[in-house]
Amino acid sequence: MAAMAQTSAVAETNEGADLGARLKEAIAAALLTVLLCVPIILLQAQADIDGVLHPVPRYWAVAIFAFLAFFGRLAISNAAADVRKEAKPESKIAASVRAASAKYLPPIGLAVLFIYPFAVLALLGSGGSLKWVDSYGIQILIYVMLGWGLNIVVGLAGLLDLGYVAFYAVGAYSYALLATTFGLSFWICLPLAGILAALWGVMLGFPVLRLRGDYLAIVTLAFGEIIRLVLVNWVPFTGGGAGIASIPKITFFSLPFSDQPGGFDEFFHLEHESVYAKIFLYLIILCLALITNFVSMRLRRLPIGRAWEALREDEIACRSLGINTTNTKLTAFALGAFFGGMAGSFFSVRQGFISPESFTFVESATILAIVVLGGMGSQIGVALAAVFLIGGFEMLRELDFLRAVMSSGTGVFVICLGVAVFGVVRSRRLAAQVAIVLIVVVLALRAFQGELQPFIHVQLLPDAMFSVFAMPDFDPAQYRGLLFGLAMVVMMVVRPRGFVSTRAPSIFLKEKKAVSGSLVKEGHG
Amino acid sequence: MDNFIQQLINGLTLGSVYGLIAIGYTMVYGIIGMINFAHGDVFMLSAFIALLVFLVLTQVFGITSLPVAFLVVLVAGMVLTSVWNWTIERIAYRPLRGSFRLAPLISAIGMSTFLSNFVQVAQGPRNKPVPPMFTDIIHVGGAGHDITLQYRQIVIVAITGLLLFGFWWLVQKTALGRAQRACEQDMKMAALIGVDVNQTISITFVIGAALAAVAGAMYMMYYGVVNFSDGFLPGVKAFTAAVLGGIGSLPGAVLGGLMIGLIEVMWAAYFSSDYKDVAAFSILAITLIFMPSGILGRPEIEKV
Repeated sequence: MAAMAQTSAVAETNEGADLGARLKEAIAAALLTVLLCVPIILLQAQADIDGVLHPVPRYWAVAIFAFLAFFGRLAISNAAADVRKEAKPESKIAASVRAASAKYLPPIGLAVLFIYPFAVLALLGSGGSLKWVDSYGIQILIYVMLGWGLNIVVGLAGLLDLGYVAFYAVGAYSYALLATTFGLSFWICLPLAGILAALWGVMLGFPVLRLRGDYLAIVTLAFGEIIRLVLVNWVPFTGGGAGIASIPKITFFSLPFSDQPGGFDEFFHLEHESVYAKIFLYLIILCLALITNFVSMRLRRLPIGRAWEALREDEIACRSLGINTTNTKLTAFALGAFFGGMAGSFFSVRQGFISPESFTFVESATILAIVVLGGMGSQIGVALAAVFLIGGFEMLRELDFLRAVMSSGTGVFVICLGVAVFGVVRSRRLAAQVAIVLIVVVLALRAFQGELQPFIHVQLLPDAMFSVFAMPDFDPAQYRGLLFGLAMVVMMVVRPRGFVSTRAPSIFLKEKKAVSGSLVKEGHG
Repeated sequence: MDNFIQQLINGLTLGSVYGLIAIGYTMVYGIIGMINFAHGDVFMLSAFIALLVFLVLTQVFGITSLPVAFLVVLVAGMVLTSVWNWTIERIAYRPLRGSFRLAPLISAIGMSTFLSNFVQVAQGPRNKPVPPMFTDIIHVGGAGHDITLQYRQIVIVAITGLLLFGFWWLVQKTALGRAQRACEQDMKMAALIGVDVNQTISITFVIGAALAAVAGAMYMMYYGVVNFSDGFLPGVKAFTAAVLGGIGSLPGAVLGGLMIGLIEVMWAAYFSSDYKDVAAFSILAITLIFMPSGILGRPEIEKV
């Protein structure tokens, strides 16, 4: 936190900043960090047995933050001063490789995506592959589909929708209620859920699409919250906060994935494994996501798609040319909602249980972040952003190994050491080498302390020193949200236009050329 | 009738808190056209700062006089929260100035996630209760009426009124306020005639944070409990209030805050407390459909 406290100043530091000025900045950063930490880090309100709160001081934590801020600030000004190599013009070979990859990468990528679950199953066995198919494969693909769906609204039509999760919720509850009440199958409910969500999109959109800019944003946000609150409070219909449980699971063309006779496993003479159902779900969501992509890419070339993009670029010009802006906006809204609803119904068949907890504003914000981070209007960018954000977020679950490292104090010590090296050594490459060597030495000394005792009679790195850095009740799960938020801020500051900085034009004269993302407008709707 | 007046008092109290937060939204929106999603979490952070300062004052320094303690809490909270918001602006928003519209919005959403998780990690996920303050009650309207006015309600409304007056003076009568209004109208032109735009924007964030800090301290005092997740809903409602009143308009923010507070309290009293938030959001949507730029907002002029 503190180390990046002054990231913004990077641009302001000139290259020849002398040591005195750099030190001054670093001291200012450290002092600012102390001021920031004074109440919220220095003191922790802890309840005693009677529930009365007492402030418990943590002096060392503040000292560590100040240390990190001081050297972090130095490291940032070092990095800014470190001269970068000039970008060389692209060689002929590189250009031809790029052209070839643009041609062959999509089909290869598709093939890889379809083979992925089977490859994982073959490599890791049924137990090990479950996680890779379910929490990485399916989870990411749901967000890819949602991102592509929202991309129609935000990226193509330029309407800022902060309540997209409402349509996701409508789809999820449509399937859950239709399946539990009327026993309809998933394949009937899937289009129905999409249509119902689209209907909601039209119903909401019709009155509010006259609004422009951030008024539209706040009304969609309010609508998202209204839907969630109704789901929480309308207990007889939706089950309230407890949600809807035991939603029928997916079946393989009416063969249930169970170990009962007449199930999928018996029919195909296979051992019963829960991963088969997951692989089937993976293939379904992959197809759904691809359909979303295909439909929106084809629609871009139709008059309606061109009208969307024209609307994004200039609404007044659009109206002067006789385009019905309300209808154009409504179709974008309804189509986005349609795909959101389908994703929702997939979500509920996958989970088997849904509650309003899954449809909070954070979800809307995450989907919007995926669209913006990917580069609005860029299909591949949205997919990359979903892999990065959702995959990264899932990856943070695997941080359990950090528990031991952090609670003994080694972790924080190593971080401080690394930051200090980067702050002191001016060349980035040298700093990286020194830091790696030092960190490896420290980790080795800590790990083999007992074994080294007979040869070196003094403890080189005494435990007492590390008690200062120890985080005894460190829980990696708590840090997921923190890192997620931080990643969003840092990525926006570094790449405000998203990962993919070029856009494919939907219409062109003679030759198709990618245009820079900064030439594409974002709309005012 | 008694019940109505009682609810009116409660609604005005709640509305004052929303109004104070809404000013932060509306000022930032007015000057850089960005929805500052992290503002609700800055408010939550300020409630925690108020709580910690209050604990230190009463337990470490042994101050027994509640008005003195609360005054110190307010001042310390305003200063410390301002430092936070200044830093947030420097890190997350200033590098994105002049970038496209959605970039600072996403950055603010990230900052909001970061802040609530940061407070959760630093202070723990449990509710933090404080003993009730200013609990004395005045009976209004003499015998035969059942209307009560709590001291803490008086404190909230009085402090809000005082701050709003000071704030109005700052914006209307000082050089700083002039600079702010100039940046709001035309940032480039303001820079050309010698207004330090960056500094003015920083000060806007500082003022917004200071007002949110007062709201946070009063929230802690009124409800007697704070939690790391308390930022979202008051934040969204305060933003709703700002939009309802006409975003960019300062009297509009206060009016919107009071209206949202009243709607919420009245709906809970006369209809159902489950749907009070639904009522507030629905009225926002309906108002915007008929008055697309809010109650006191200037209509947007389209230039071709």
